[in-house]
Amino acid sequence: MRQYDYRTPVVPTPFHSRTVAACRTNDWTRWAGYTTVNVYTEVELEYAAIRNQTSVFDLSPMVKYHIAGPDAPSYVNHLVTRNIDKLAPGRVAYVVWCNDDGKVLDDGTLFRFGENEFRLCAQDRHLPWLLDVAIGYNVEIEDVSADVAALALQGPTSCAVLKRFGLRGIETLKPFCIAEFPYRERTLTVSRTGFTGDLGYELWIDPARAEHLWDDLFKADPNRGITPVGSQALDLVRIEAGFIAPHIDFMPAEYAVRHTRGRSPFELGLGWQVDFDKGHFNGRRALLKEKRVGSRYQLIGLDVDGNKPARDSLIYYAKRRQVGHIMSAMWSPICKRNIAIAILEAGRSSMWKDLWVDIYVKKELKWERIMARAQVVDRRFYKPARRTATPVPDY
Amino acid sequence: MSKAYDAIIIGGGHNGLVCAAYLARARKRTLVLEATDRVGGAAVTREIIPGFKVSACAHLLYLLHPKVLTDLRVQDHGFKLSARDMPTLALAEDGRHLVLATDSALTSASLSAHSAADAAALPAFQARIRRFARVVQRLLTETPPRLGTRNRSDQLALLKLAWSIRRLGRQDMREFLRIVAMNVADLLEEQFETDLLCGAYAFDAVLGTRLGPRSPNSTLTWFYRLAGGGKNGSNALAQPEGGMGALSDALAASAKSAGAEIRTGSSVARIRVESDRVAGVVLNSGEEIKADLVVSNADPKRTFLSLLGTQYLDTGFVRRIRDIPMCGTAAKLHLALDGLPSFSGVDRAQLGGRLLIAPSIGYVERAFNHAKYGEYSEAPAIEIIIPSLHDSTLTPAGNHVLSAIVQYAPSDLKGGWDDMRETFADNVIDTLTRHAPDLKDKIIARELLTPLDLEREFGMAGGHWHHGELGLERFFMLRPVPGATQYATPLPGLYLCGAGCHPGGGVMGAAGMNAAREVLAGRAAA
Repeated sequence: MRQYDYRTPVVPTPFHSRTVAACRTNDWTRWAGYTTVNVYTEVELEYAAIRNQTSVFDLSPMVKYHIAGPDAPSYVNHLVTRNIDKLAPGRVAYVVWCNDDGKVLDDGTLFRFGENEFRLCAQDRHLPWLLDVAIGYNVEIEDVSADVAALALQGPTSCAVLKRFGLRGIETLKPFCIAEFPYRERTLTVSRTGFTGDLGYELWIDPARAEHLWDDLFKADPNRGITPVGSQALDLVRIEAGFIAPHIDFMPAEYAVRHTRGRSPFELGLGWQVDFDKGHFNGRRALLKEKRVGSRYQLIGLDVDGNKPARDSLIYYAKRRQVGHIMSAMWSPICKRNIAIAILEAGRSSMWKDLWVDIYVKKELKWERIMARAQVVDRRFYKPARRTATPVPDY
Repeated sequence: MSKAYDAIIIGGGHNGLVCAAYLARARKRTLVLEATDRVGGAAVTREIIPGFKVSACAHLLYLLHPKVLTDLRVQDHGFKLSARDMPTLALAEDGRHLVLATDSALTSASLSAHSAADAAALPAFQARIRRFARVVQRLLTETPPRLGTRNRSDQLALLKLAWSIRRLGRQDMREFLRIVAMNVADLLEEQFETDLLCGAYAFDAVLGTRLGPRSPNSTLTWFYRLAGGGKNGSNALAQPEGGMGALSDALAASAKSAGAEIRTGSSVARIRVESDRVAGVVLNSGEEIKADLVVSNADPKRTFLSLLGTQYLDTGFVRRIRDIPMCGTAAKLHLALDGLPSFSGVDRAQLGGRLLIAPSIGYVERAFNHAKYGEYSEAPAIEIIIPSLHDSTLTPAGNHVLSAIVQYAPSDLKGGWDDMRETFADNVIDTLTRHAPDLKDKIIARELLTPLDLEREFGMAGGHWHHGELGLERFFMLRPVPGATQYATPLPGLYLCGAGCHPGGGVMGAAGMNAAREVLAGRAAA
């Protein structure tokens, strides 16, 4: 079925025959024009799989742009806030890119395959912007979203499963590195990347071989569990990892109708992404000014008292003055904490000592309001040592 | 290399020269770099064949700002007018031409022969339009405000704009707001029934733009043209002695006498940037010249997309620059003549004025239709002068030159201009011959400069006089694009001073004057 055709506004992913067989709930959602699974069985079971064994997530709808040409490195440096000269070929970087006002348009992962060859992966489509950034650069940009199928294989036993699957030496692959492995007479591209904050890999393959890959993975290691997971479970683990999501934790600037709704990298806790020394990049002058005069907001992690998730709650200082709001919240089973990602007014960390969150909970159809105390904490709530350990020990 | 200059001006067009003169008078060590071998940009006098000279692009003065004239003492540097208050003659096929003169009695008499009602309505209409044009006139020397800032000078400038409209009085203000975004054809047809009158005014409104009389905004472009402060709804048209190049030479002399240095034959390859600041320029010869201030007289596209380069600019800004419409539609025809042609029904005194072939709104609109589709007009609208009637320095005795601005000849002509230039020239000359039967016998030499030729010769993208369309969406605080409306650009130290900025093109000098004021004030963009 063709994408970009009005008769097929939603198309199946290359793994569809397998995901449809595995999906017991018939709970589907749309992601970038593809049918994808929300929940296969139970979101709790899938969450437990990600945190305790090996999970498989169909990543194929991820929007992917191939960027190549003599000016590709300088082009990418103009696009994103990070210094790409520090990214060696064969490595991956998390990146954000901004508009002229220094407000984030989106975040994504940037794969550097060669000196002049990149792939940018993002949730949303950005071709018009990417093409306009290319004015004046000798670079080719191509939407290859439909040409690459992908699975995320995440969890403590994911490395062991891939070893049994036949990827020799996978345990020595360092975080944010890319490697190619022989697979069925051809190759399989693997990167040690993911959205779970735990040990995990992403597998990239041409769509024609997608179903083989799924079948071979599920057969690889009968002694270790392997479970397909949907986007709801993934949204839980990414909060535990402290990863922010567009449209949830921040409004991509080009979607924001109110011009004050855009957020800069500084305001999203991504100041470390901004390299002012690399030369000009989109938003640089605005961000320099923001650095000089100060940001309006700050993104923080919150540890909220009690066990009721503080979804969509407002945050008060001294229970009185409203100083922010919650973007994402959950009870984290693995941390045993009630966690949240929140936006606060910038400045005065003195008020952090007296923050309160008002949570509305419905108990047997009766709404109750809880004023819960909240502590500002590192927003990477869950970061097991194995996520970076190399070589990866067997679990 | 020592830092010998405070400011470098890229391009010695008239705005660049005006800007240089003001900067030099403020004791800035100023260098003007002109790519061609003479100053003036498009405001130059060229030789068609040896001994026959004519203004290369604009051939009449009607917008030159009086403040520029007095501040820079241009007259003391050899600038003279060979003719002033030139009347306009709207040519009719049947010989019943219409005179539009600065003398209102003359106009009224001529118009009465066509329509008594129009003759009666004209004075009040002209007076009102003149009041409206003054709103635009007051803006010419203003630095446009930026929107959405809390800056006091921005807010003050916005207030001034609002006040200049409000002070028209209740009735006039309502009328101004009603018509300002209208098309000029509707406005004229509300008032008048004489085709010749409507055609002439409509032609003035769209001259130098890619608009037809029925295109929105053509009323505003008319006000803009009248903002030069003409009398009776017509401009005070004047002709510089020695052609437009003589004005540029005088501006250059004024700049030099104030201490500016002017280097011709020095084409800038690129603008140098160091640590996100302008550092100077590099010439095509490879020579580097340092300066902390660079002021570009080149059009915005050329300045940002080729001289500076997109790598120093944010993409949103680059998009806006790329999207500036810059398709010129005005061609220039020059004829060297061995005698004065006789136009039917035109006496010798009238021949010394401006002749228009734009007999009706429909004629001009039909001519424009072709331009919409990338074709040239089969029956073009034409403005004709014979400058040698007033100026003996232009031709050998007894000979003449004819200079005509011809619309529409779009720069993006389907199939390109190189094979079509002569066909179009034949077409224009045929149109002229219908009014001047003996013209062809008197032609010694001819040349047609299409917008493409103007682009090649003077470096302005699309051969567009105004370095980008005028119109409400490109006017005042939106000109050339948000982010560069106050002559300063996003790159610290780089300024614009050309027609792409407020208040636009035409030989006016206001953009250069305003830019110099901003450079000296040291205000940055953003």
